[in-house]
This record gives sequence, structure tokens and C-alpha cells, in this order.
Amino acid sequence: MSSAEQTTPVTAPKRPARTASTWSWLGVLPFFLWAVMFIALPAAFLFVGSFLLRDGSVGLQNYADLTTGAILPAFANSIYLSFFSALIGAIFGFLLAAAVILGNLPRFMRSALMTFSGVASNFAGVPLALAFVFTLGNLGLVTKMLAETFGFNLRATGFSLYSMEGLILVYLYFQFPLMVLVIAPSIDGLRREWREAAENLGATPYQFWRKVALPILMPSILGAGILLFGNAFGAQATAFQLSGGTIPLATLMISSQMSGDVLFNPGLGYAVAMGMVAIMAVSIVAYSVLQRRSESWLRR
Amino acid sequence: MSGGGSAPPFGPLGVMRSWLRLSGSPRARRGSGAWWAWLVVILGILYFFVPLAATLEFSLRACAPPNQPCTAPDFSAYANTFDDPFFFSTLAFSFVVGLVTIVISLLIIVPTAYWVRLRVPRLRPVVEFVTLLPFVIPPVVLVFGLIRIYSRPPLLVTATNFGSVALLVAAYVVLSFPYMYRAVDAGLAAMDVRVLTEAAQSMGAGWRKILWSVIFPNLRTAALSGAFLTLAIVVGEFTIGNFLAPYGFGPYISLLGRDKIFEPAAVSLISFGLTWLAMIFLALVGRGRGSRVQVAGAR
Repeated sequence: MSSAEQTTPVTAPKRPARTASTWSWLGVLPFFLWAVMFIALPAAFLFVGSFLLRDGSVGLQNYADLTTGAILPAFANSIYLSFFSALIGAIFGFLLAAAVILGNLPRFMRSALMTFSGVASNFAGVPLALAFVFTLGNLGLVTKMLAETFGFNLRATGFSLYSMEGLILVYLYFQFPLMVLVIAPSIDGLRREWREAAENLGATPYQFWRKVALPILMPSILGAGILLFGNAFGAQATAFQLSGGTIPLATLMISSQMSGDVLFNPGLGYAVAMGMVAIMAVSIVAYSVLQRRSESWLRR
Repeated sequence: MSGGGSAPPFGPLGVMRSWLRLSGSPRARRGSGAWWAWLVVILGILYFFVPLAATLEFSLRACAPPNQPCTAPDFSAYANTFDDPFFFSTLAFSFVVGLVTIVISLLIIVPTAYWVRLRVPRLRPVVEFVTLLPFVIPPVVLVFGLIRIYSRPPLLVTATNFGSVALLVAAYVVLSFPYMYRAVDAGLAAMDVRVLTEAAQSMGAGWRKILWSVIFPNLRTAALSGAFLTLAIVVGEFTIGNFLAPYGFGPYISLLGRDKIFEPAAVSLISFGLTWLAMIFLALVGRGRGSRVQVAGAR
């Protein structure tokens, strides 16, 4: 590519564009305008609104009221659901990625898993909820098969697709494919030399994982886990479709506040939204810090 | 990068592998750890495919009451779906919205990413931060703010259908920013932006000409991968669409899920097939480049 320019006149290199420095920021103006109009403005509206109280005054009462009524349980449920679906998704997704990368499996399984993870991590929302209703709902295939073949009544065990545990099971469908996609490059980055060095020093595979591989991978694993947490925390469509909005979750609380002022206080609704943004912001910051730390080891 | 084993594991799997002649990678490793790998993969396959199989089975049960088995697979759920004009109109709506979103997103992101690389690198952290904001602000919160601000007098946009759909597209463009920016920026990193620009300049090309005839053709692969991801997200999106302009495929499936019994199963499977198609195109387009992390939306 570089040889082609050798024939051009000598005037070319480093010639600045007309009036470059003063006007150069104009090139990114459309982007920032869009971001202001459709991200910053709405967010600012919610932010300001969260300080407006019902009697017209300004204060922090809405944030204090987050602990009242059904709001705190909704946040607790959201965190519970996100935490456990992230934890299980991270562990199983890691094992799955490690299995196809390090597990001596046929090579095509790796690309098959990667493509499928791309699909499954995007297969979320309404169709996913429906698919699980057909699987584990009252008339679902697995429910029926358990009852007819084994005489096992799934509902008698207390399991319900429409409970927290059921939601965790459904969320896992997009959680661990995402984990596979996020963690695979890090597992790839484990160098063969590290393993050989450990083996030369007499380490067992267990010692290698315990003392070398896992400490190196830990920031990536934690970071990916946090990403999964945020992924589940912001999800609305799947839970909405499963429950019609009746499961107390922070996202569902916001959507029902939007359709009709169920909290009887617009400002409180904005405070709930801000609470979600705060939790998401903390997790994204933690993710990028951990990501940066893991890159220092795994850079190739 | 996966290591094929030097010795196949025991049992039928080992037989199958030697039959498929899949062993013998140069990177053979000691230790027969493969049994756990098989276990994990089989569990994963079960979890992946059982819901799909159940949905398929359910979609073929339209002949009888739901708890009665059919004597033969009944395809009337699919026939009804394809007879339903709303199936095609909502799908077409989502598809067009997706295409418009992609075009606007490219028109915004390509010049921005190019300009950041070439002229204002000090703005890079700011731009990256802004493209990450859709992860920080969940869709349900974003649409909450959009509705509150654009449905009252100073900025009354949602009064007309067109206004609502335009706002929907605007929101989807925001959702596409993280994927589009990463894809385009990776594409720019793979070429020498400065040399290409200077070469074009020295031949007398203006900025528009440079972007359109030099940069964009080199970005085709990157732009396509961002585009397919955006399409996969937009076509099935429910949360924002349902509140702003519920004429899309996501709200359609949701409504169907409440009104009908078997058709939702058929449509869910079709939706899965569409996602699959988009991802296969994505894989074809992105082949030969390093695997990039894709975080999806539309939960």
C-alpha cells in the first residue's frame, strides 16, 4: 500500500487541512449532537425530575423513599436475579469456553459454539420467554415428559417458571453464551509456555490452574461476570413477557410506572430509574477497570 | 487454537472421533481431560436445544387441545402465521426501521471514528465513553426519558405517528452506537488512515470524496458486521418499540403470545431462525479477522 504514494509529489506529507485546528472538532459534531439529544437530554430530564417532590419543592425525599413500599424488594429481586444468573452463567460459560478451547475436542466444535453463542446471546426477550413457556410451563414439553414418563410432578417440587429461580434459568440462556464470547479471547491468551514452564517445574494440572492460570484469568472472569450482571440487570422484555409485569423487578417497575403512574409520584419513578443507572454505572466502571488489568497480562 | 488430542478418550466418543479423523493436532497435550470437556459441552447442548425442540414440538401440536398428542405433525400454526398479514407487515416494519437505523448510524459513526483517529485523537476517550452510555442506561430507562421529554409541548414529537417512529429510529441508533463504533474503529485500525487520506488529498480529493471513495470501501467488512448486529438487535427489540411505536416484530410476538396458543411457538422459532441467519452472515463477513467481543441488547 505504501509504495503507491511514493510517486506522488513531495508536497503531500503532513499538509494540514484548511483551517484544521480551530474547526477540526466540527467533524464530530453530528455524533455529539445526536448523543445530547437522545441520551443526555432524556437522562438529564430523569435526573432533574428525581429531585422534584410531589409538592413542587426540590429535595432528596424521592431518594429516601426508594426504601419504602415495593421499591426496595424490587431492587433486591433485580440484584438477586442478576447476581445468580451472572454467577452461574459465568461459571458454566467459562467451563464451556475452556472445554472447546483446551479440552481436546474436535476442532469444528469451537466455531460451532462461537456462532451459536452469537445467536443465543442475541436470542432474548419475547421469543426466549415463549420458548421456555413451551419447555417448562404448565403445558411445556419437559413438564409433560417428566409427568408422563417418570410420574414426576415438577410443580409439586415448588419450581415455577414464573418465580425468581425460573427467571434465573431463562436468563442463563443469554448469559452464558455471552460469557463464552467474552472470555474466549482470554482463554486463548493463556500461553503454552506458561503451562510448559509449570510442568517443567513439576506442577500438576491442578497446581497449574490454581497457581498460574486462574490468577491470570481472574480479572477477566470477574470483569465478564460483572458484564453479565449488568446484562441481566437492564433486561426487561423477557421478564415482562413471562409475568405480564407482575414479578417485582426494577425494570418492570419502571415500565409500569411509564404506562400508568403506579407509584403515584412521578419524581419517585425518576429516582428508581436513576437508581438503576447508578448500579449499571458502577458495574460498567468495575468491568472496564478489570478489563484493563487483564489486558496487561493477556496482550499478545 | 483448540488442541486435538493425541489419544482419543475411551468409549463411543473415542470411536467417533477416530472415525471422524479429528485427532492428531500438532498441539497435542498430555492428560485425558477430555471427559469433563465432553460433559460440559453435552450439558450445554442440552440446555441450548431442549427449549428449541420443545418450541418446535409445541408448534406442531395445533391439531388438538394442548395436552393431547397429535397423531401427525400439524403445520397449521405455520400456515396461520403466514396467512396473518400482521406477521409480514410487522416484520417489514422492523426490517425497514433496522435498515434506516443502520444507515444513520453509519453516517454518524464512520466520519466520527475517522475524524477521531485522524484529527482529534484527544477526543477518543470522550467518544468511547459516549458510545458506552447505552450500556449504562438500560433501554427501559432510555425510553422512559425519551417519552417524558419528547411527548410534551416544547418538544412534542410523539403526537404524530411519523414522529414516534422517527424517535424510535433515533433510540435504535443510540443502541447501535457501541457495536457500530467498535466495528468501524477496528476496521480503521486495520488500515493506514493517514497515508490513505494524504494520498487522496494529494490527488485533489475533498473530504466527502475521501470518506466516500477511499475510507468507506475499505470499511465495508467492518461496517457490515456492525450492520448485521444492529439488525439482529432491532428486529426483535421489544422494550423501546413497545412504548414508542408498537408496530414492530417484537411487540407483535408479544401480543401473539397472549392471544394465541400455537402460533407464538411457530413465530418464536422463525424469529430464532432470523437471528441465526443474521449471525451466519456476521460470521461470514467477519471471517479472517480476530474474534471480537459482541455484547447484545434487546433483553
